[in-house]
Formats: sequence, structure tokens, C-alpha cells
Amino acid sequence: MEDVVGRIREKFYDQIIKFEEKSARRIYLDFKPADIQAAVKFIFTDLGCRLATVTGTDMPQGIELLYHFSYDRSGQVISLRTLLANKKDPHIESITPLIVGAEWIEREIWELLGVEFDGHPNLKHLLLIDDWPEGKHPLRHDHD
Amino acid sequence: MSHKVVVPIGPYHPLQEEPEFFRLYVEGEKVVDIDIVIGYMHRGIEELSEHKHFDQIPYSVERICGICSSSHPYAYVLAVEDILGGEANVVPERALYIRTIVDELQRIHSHLLWLGLAGHFIGYNTVWMWAWKYREPVLDMFEMITGNRNHYGMCKVGGARRDIREEDVPVLKKALDDLLPAVDMFKGAVMDDPVIQARLKGIGILNKKQAIEWCAVGPTARAAGLNIDVRRDDPYGVYDRVSWNVIVENDGDIFCKTKVRILELYESINIIRQCLHNLPKGEIDANIKDIPAGVGIGRVEAPRGECFHYIKSDGTNSPIRHKIRAPSYMNVASNKVAAVGQTISDTTITLAAVDPCYCCTERVAVFKDKTDKKLMNGWDLIKLSQEKTKKLQERLNGGNK
Repeated sequence: MEDVVGRIREKFYDQIIKFEEKSARRIYLDFKPADIQAAVKFIFTDLGCRLATVTGTDMPQGIELLYHFSYDRSGQVISLRTLLANKKDPHIESITPLIVGAEWIEREIWELLGVEFDGHPNLKHLLLIDDWPEGKHPLRHDHD
Repeated sequence: MSHKVVVPIGPYHPLQEEPEFFRLYVEGEKVVDIDIVIGYMHRGIEELSEHKHFDQIPYSVERICGICSSSHPYAYVLAVEDILGGEANVVPERALYIRTIVDELQRIHSHLLWLGLAGHFIGYNTVWMWAWKYREPVLDMFEMITGNRNHYGMCKVGGARRDIREEDVPVLKKALDDLLPAVDMFKGAVMDDPVIQARLKGIGILNKKQAIEWCAVGPTARAAGLNIDVRRDDPYGVYDRVSWNVIVENDGDIFCKTKVRILELYESINIIRQCLHNLPKGEIDANIKDIPAGVGIGRVEAPRGECFHYIKSDGTNSPIRHKIRAPSYMNVASNKVAAVGQTISDTTITLAAVDPCYCCTERVAVFKDKTDKKLMNGWDLIKLSQEKTKKLQERLNGGNK
């Protein structure tokens, strides 16, 4: 079985801020927002991992995004963690151009947490009604 | 000259059991594009979880869906147990077996339900009636084990809520034995029937490459040749202690999706039999009191595919984030490629072939503004609806003048 985590660590040695192996099948890697797209491309295209979902969380220090990938041959869940510190105007590069299955996931995070995905081809409401008030995001905690 | 016509299916449509909206763009009989609009079943369950005690959440997530109502609580407790050090290290043996039995029974009832609906969608109502007839004894088994036909309430953090009584085990074994001839019948009736083959073969194809691109899961992915199954890849319960096979087909059409589900019925019966045979004696609950701070991921192979839950805890008695990703969320989106290029008459079965569950797909969000007040209550929504109807009436009347 291929050591995918080892390959990610090798390839992104300089970019990985923190590596955490919570258990043999739960791996967390911290990246800067700017490095996420390259890492996602490598993990999805070159290593053949499947995108399970993306979790967005409103934290006091910013919006945390977790890109959960599943490597089904070993049963590992590899989660890339990044923090968008500017809560007033959180931005990150969209991964939909790389993974078409991420379209709905990013649309949901956009409407519920207000994260702008640059380069997303179709950023519009998914779950909420079309005339939902602009700038209101249901999963924001509004800590400030 | 091309002439595009829009054919709406939904939001409320007699063919669909849940509200969702497909806008089909057709040229003649052929579907050339499709818009999928969801959001009609959005209830705010992710947000709700942040205000519930860890022990209350299985109740609310169980109600995400009435069909895979064991998968969501199971994935949730796995996520919480991931924070505590993993299911296998926390939960007593007997509870692992009970969880597995309930999870597999659910797969049988869900696949039979889908088979019936699929028969109904292609106008083959005999399959519908028979599939649902044989689903009833499965629901009776649920009633015997859990006390309920649909919402089982069996999962809790650290164990199972109810035990399986010793005197019930032979009755359950007998019910499984009785179910087997019915599954044989379906296998023959569906897989050898020329009418069903004519309606399902080569229809609604999602090939392997597309399944990877759309991140499809469950029978939808397995019918396209993707050999993935959480039960084997990331085992939970006692799936690594019983022998069973992952069913994989290669063509990716609806016939393959049907075949995968029917053959999985045999595997499920096989798994439950082994579990009942090996059911150990002992405690069923580890009596977990506190959940420490940390993050956990739990995933379960629901009848429709991988059900994914993520929990972030700060050490208090409720989570600060609970992310839920149901399998249909990935599979429904893939209809965009499966339905385009088909005729309208094949669209209904194509859209149904992923075994969609819109209740699962949509959850999240009760809105609060800065004053911590609800933005809209039920009455506000009624007023909004009345105003909209009034506007529509005015517009229609205006058009008549």
C-alpha cells in the first residue's frame, strides 16, 4: 500500500505548518490558505484521494476550513486545515475547477459562512432562498 | 434549428417522495441540460447540534432521514468516540455487534424500499408491491430489536441503548431465513427480466472517470467500478470480524446500480447471520460521562454511500461544530452528467437511480441576527408566503388585462 501521507509530507515539506497523526487513520495537516489549491491538486489528481467534504467553522481567530480527503485503499482520512484570518472578507482559491464535485460544497460554505471562493464558476445559493439577506451567514457566531 | 424547451420536475411532483426541483432543458425528447435546485428540506440541524448536549444529538441527527436513520447517529457517535480514542477502544464488544446488526438490517430495508420505488418509476408496479411486501418483515425485526419500525434510537456515545434479548435471536434468524427466498426471487425477477433489462441497461450511465470527478459514493460509485466501501476500508462495528464481499460492477448504468443493491442484500443477510451467531455476552454501554476537547471524524457506509460526520468539541457538553455530509449530497450532484443525453422518459428513473435522499442532503441553519433574536418565526414565513401569492396573483391578473 502506498504511503500517501509520506508523499504529501515530502512534496510539501516547506508548506506544511503542522502535522498531526491523531490515529493511524485520522491525519491532519495545516497549510496556509495560499498553498491549499496546490496541495488539493496533488492529493486529488496525483494520489487519487477522494474529496469527502469541506468543513467550515467560525472560530474566534478566523474561519477555519478543513478539506477532508479519503484515501480509500488504506481507509485514511487526510484533512487539510487552513485558517482565513480576515473574518470581514474571507477569501480562498476555489477548488471546483480541479474537482467538479466540490461545487455544491463551496456554494454551501459561501452562503452559510460567507467565504468567497475565487474562481468558482457558479457561486449562488444552494440551500437558502435566493432572496436571503446579503451579508447574513447562518453559521457565523459573530464573536466580535 | 434547435428549440430548447424547459420541463420542470418538482419542487412538488407526484413522482417524487421529497421536494426537489429539476429543471430539464429538452430538445424534442432529448435532455440537453439539467439544473438541480435543492434547499426545500433545509432544517438547520448542524446549527441545532451546537445547542444540544452530546447525548441529545443522536436524537436530532436520527431525524435527518427516516430511511438511513441508523447511519447518521452511528456516524455521529463514531466521530465522538474518535475524540475519545476510537470506537474499538471505548465500546463494549456486545454493543459493537448490536450496532452492526442494526446497520445491516437498515441496508436491507433501504435497498428493498429503493427497489420498489425503482420498479414504480419504470411503471413496473409488481416489483414495487412485492419489494415492499418483503420489506415489512424487516421492519418487524426492527420493531422486535429496537421497539420502532423506523427511528431506532439504538446509538449512544459509548454503546447501544438497548440490548437484543436472547429469546429474540432464534426468531430473528428464522426471519432472515424466510427473507432469503424473496431475495432470490428479486434477483431472478429483476436480473433476468427482458423488460427491466430493456429499460435499465445502458441508461443513466455514470462512468468510472465521472464517478471519480463527482466524488460519488456508495452503490452509485460501486456500479461504476470504484471499489470503495467504508465498511471494509475504514472498518467500524465488527465488519472486520465477519466475512463478506464488496459488490462492484463496471458499466455504471442503472442496471448495474440495481444489481449492486440486490447482491448487497445477500451480503447483509450473511453479515447479520454471522453477528447473531457470534453475539458475545456482556455489557452494552461504557457509560461515558465527559467528552474532552478535540476533533473527531466518524464515517459509516450508509445504504446510499459514505455518511460523514465531523465533531469539534471544546470540552463543554455540546460541540462547537458538527458537520454532516450525507451520501446523496455527492450522488445527486452527479445527475448532472447521468441525466443529460437521455430521453425524458428515462430521466425519472435516472434521477432516482442514485437513491436520492434530500432530507439528508439538506440540513443546517436557524438564523439569528446580532440581537440574538430569530429573524423569522413560523408566522413571518406564512405572511411572506401570503405576500408572494398576492404578488403572483396581481402579476397574473395584470397579464390578463
